[in-house]
Order: sequence, then C-alpha cells, then structure tokens
Amino acid sequence: MAQVTFAKALQRHVTCPTASIEADSLRRVLDGYFVQFPAARSYVLDEQGAVRRHIAVFVGGELIVDRVGLADPVGADDDVHVFQALSGGAA
Amino acid sequence: MSTALVATRKGLFTVSVDPAGTPTIGEPAFVGVPVTNAVRDPRDGALYASLDHGHFGVHLHRSDDDGASWTEIAAPEYPPKPDGVVDVNPMTQQETVWATQLAWTIEPGHPDEPGVVWCGTIPGGLFRSDDRGDTWRLVESLWNVPARAKWFGGGYDEAGIHTVSVDPRGPGRVVIGLSCGGAWRTTDGGATWEIAASGMRADFVPPELAGDPDTQDPHRLARCASDPDVIWCQHHCGIFRTSDNGDRWIEIEQAGPSTFGFAVAAHPDDPQTAWFVPAVNDEVRVPVDGRFVVTRTRDGGRTFDVLSNGLPTGASYDLVYRHGLDVDASGEQLIMGSTTGSLWWSGDAGDRFELVSANLPPIHSVRFC
Repeated sequence: MAQVTFAKALQRHVTCPTASIEADSLRRVLDGYFVQFPAARSYVLDEQGAVRRHIAVFVGGELIVDRVGLADPVGADDDVHVFQALSGGAA
Repeated sequence: MSTALVATRKGLFTVSVDPAGTPTIGEPAFVGVPVTNAVRDPRDGALYASLDHGHFGVHLHRSDDDGASWTEIAAPEYPPKPDGVVDVNPMTQQETVWATQLAWTIEPGHPDEPGVVWCGTIPGGLFRSDDRGDTWRLVESLWNVPARAKWFGGGYDEAGIHTVSVDPRGPGRVVIGLSCGGAWRTTDGGATWEIAASGMRADFVPPELAGDPDTQDPHRLARCASDPDVIWCQHHCGIFRTSDNGDRWIEIEQAGPSTFGFAVAAHPDDPQTAWFVPAVNDEVRVPVDGRFVVTRTRDGGRTFDVLSNGLPTGASYDLVYRHGLDVDASGEQLIMGSTTGSLWWSGDAGDRFELVSANLPPIHSVRFC
C-alpha cells in the first residue's frame, strides 16, 4: 500500500488528506486517490492528465520521470509525496 | 455607495465609496492567492473570481452572497488534442499544450440569455457556460479558425483572450480581443467568427506584415454601451477606435505623453469619451518622465486632456494593467489600480483622483459592481 501525502500548502485549498492506495504505478495510485477525493485532481493534474508544471511528485524519495504518462512504478513500500515546486512561487 | 472588486496578486479586495467620496477597503478574500479577474453578474448579482494558484492551476469561484462565502465552480478545461493534430506556436516553435494556463477574463452574457458566462483564457481559447459556470465548453468554432496557426503570445508564451465585449443590442453578438491574434466578431452566438482587426497596425513584425489583422496585439477593447458600434482599443502599438463594430479601426496618433499603454475605459453614454493610462513604450513600461497621468478624450480622439490632479506629484513608476481601469455606469466614477499596488478612485470623470491605498498587492483587475 502506497501512502499518498500532500503538502500543507495544497491542503489549505482543497480536501486532500493522507490516504493509502494499493496500486503499482503512479497513474493507478493517483487515479485511486482521486476516486476518493475528486476535487483534488485538478489541483495536481491538468485537464490532459499531466502533472502541473509547478508540482513536484516523489515516489519512494525520488522525483518522478514521466510527468505526462505517470508511468513511474510504485513499489509496495514506496510512499508518494506531492509538493509545490519552488519554481512556481510568487513573491 | 459604489463598490468595486479589486483583484490582486495576493487576494481579492472589495472597495466601497460612500456618497461623500470616502473609500473603505474590506477584508480580502483568497488572501495570499493570485486573483486574475473578478466581476459581478448584474443579472443575478453573483460574483465570479478566477484564481491562478500558480502551483495548483486555475480555479474559479462564485459567490451568491456578495462575497460573504465563495464556492468553487468548474474551471475551463480544454478537450484532449485529437490524434494527429499538430499545434505549434509560430513564435516559440513549441507544441501548444491544450490546458488552461490563465482564466484571463470572465464576462457575464447578455441580459436576454441568463446563465451565460464567457471566459477568455490563455492559451487562446474562449469558453462559454450556460449554467453560471457550473460547466464550460470550449468555443471550438473560434479555436479552429485557420488563423489560429498565426497567433502567438503577448506578455505570455501563448496567445490569450483578455476581452469579451458583449454587444448590448442582442444576445449572440460578441467581439473578443486577444494578444496576439487581433479582434474577432460573432453575430450568431459563437457559431461563426470573422476577423475584426482591419486598420490596426503592428510594428513588431516586418513592415509588409504590419497590417495583418490576424497578428495584431490589442491590449484591451472597451465598448460604448449606448453606441455599441463604437469600440476603443489600447493596442501594443497605439490607440485605435472603430465606429462600425470592428469593420475598420482608425488609429489615433497623438494622445498626451504617449499612445502606449494597456488599459482603456469607454464612457457608457458618450461615444466620444474614453480614458487611457500611458507609459513610455514597449521597452520602457513606466510613466513618461516618471509622471503618472491619465489621458482622456472627449472628442473621439482628436484631443486629449492630461489628468494628474490627485495622482503622484513626484516620480512614479506605476503601470496599469489591461484590466486595471474601469468606469461606472454613470460615466463619472473611475477606479484604477497599478502594478505597484496603488489604487485611485475618481468621482468626476478623472478631473480629480483620490488615493484609496498605496499599499495593496500588485493589482491585476478592477471592476465596478
């Protein structure tokens, strides 16, 4: 079971509590999560399903590689963390 | 009492001005979040706000209680790009991503079509809602015009629709302005579109292309409500005016210190009167000689008053964005917000301005409501 955790900055705007999802790829993990918390989807992915430009997603402590297809594998012990990238900040 | 919505880089403020001319700024909504645009729908009183979360994308909110509470509604979403479609930005030679980057303007539809709301976006799509923003659909008839292959960004990497001007003469008649792609017109509710930028002039392309209507950069369009064929345009390369709903634009070559700027407001009842906020030029986007002024014509652009009463007397580097100036339904009240967070109000058509605040966040949009 992958534990999916979202940055506090996102929790301010939309309901996205930490949850455990059973799946073997990031796409399937996030699809499973967004079934439970559908409003969070558009804050993380754009309408074509790609990770938003200024969102950073880590799987097992590594930044993901496939930001469009989300094909990165998720191991049984991997956690998924979703953060805001510092590149998107506004002073 | 008059009220205006002030959308800023760090929240949405409501400003009220009492009959004595004393302004009050209310507690901000969405504090800390960039608010691109906000408007009241005069048909049902609803408020709409478009938020640009940066990290978390574009999200729209609606309030049915004067801003006491807000509900997130749908945001415009582009359909999937069909297989085999090549959609390349001619300026960057990068593939255009079919995803909303900015909900640049929200505009209520005609009074005879309740529930209709328009939204102009970057990368250049116009969206229409028939249910007060609960759902949106891309206006594909405009998105698919062949000329879109020539559109490119003005200020942003991708083209964007910043003006949706609803013609008061009846539903289905709309003129839009986009940077960079000219002005377009529909008379059938958006089923078909025609270019409406002839006469505009661009100096950011080779001379032989200067008159190409498809690549013009109108920064903002403003229509005279009581004489709707008259539309004013603050363009990247000057000021233009049409008196035939965009059939032909006539350049106004002199306007006080400069014809460069972003914002324009049109008097609702007098087609000869409009206001502009000049800056030096494309390369130097600050007031001419550091003197921040508003220009006003009352004779269709033949002459301009240079208005400075109540504006900064010392050096000033305020710039007013394209949605940063508005006039109310009487034509007497103006509100104006700058990139350095200054907000001014006038109760006499700009003869005198009152500083409401010099300490707001950078201001994206102001709108009487």
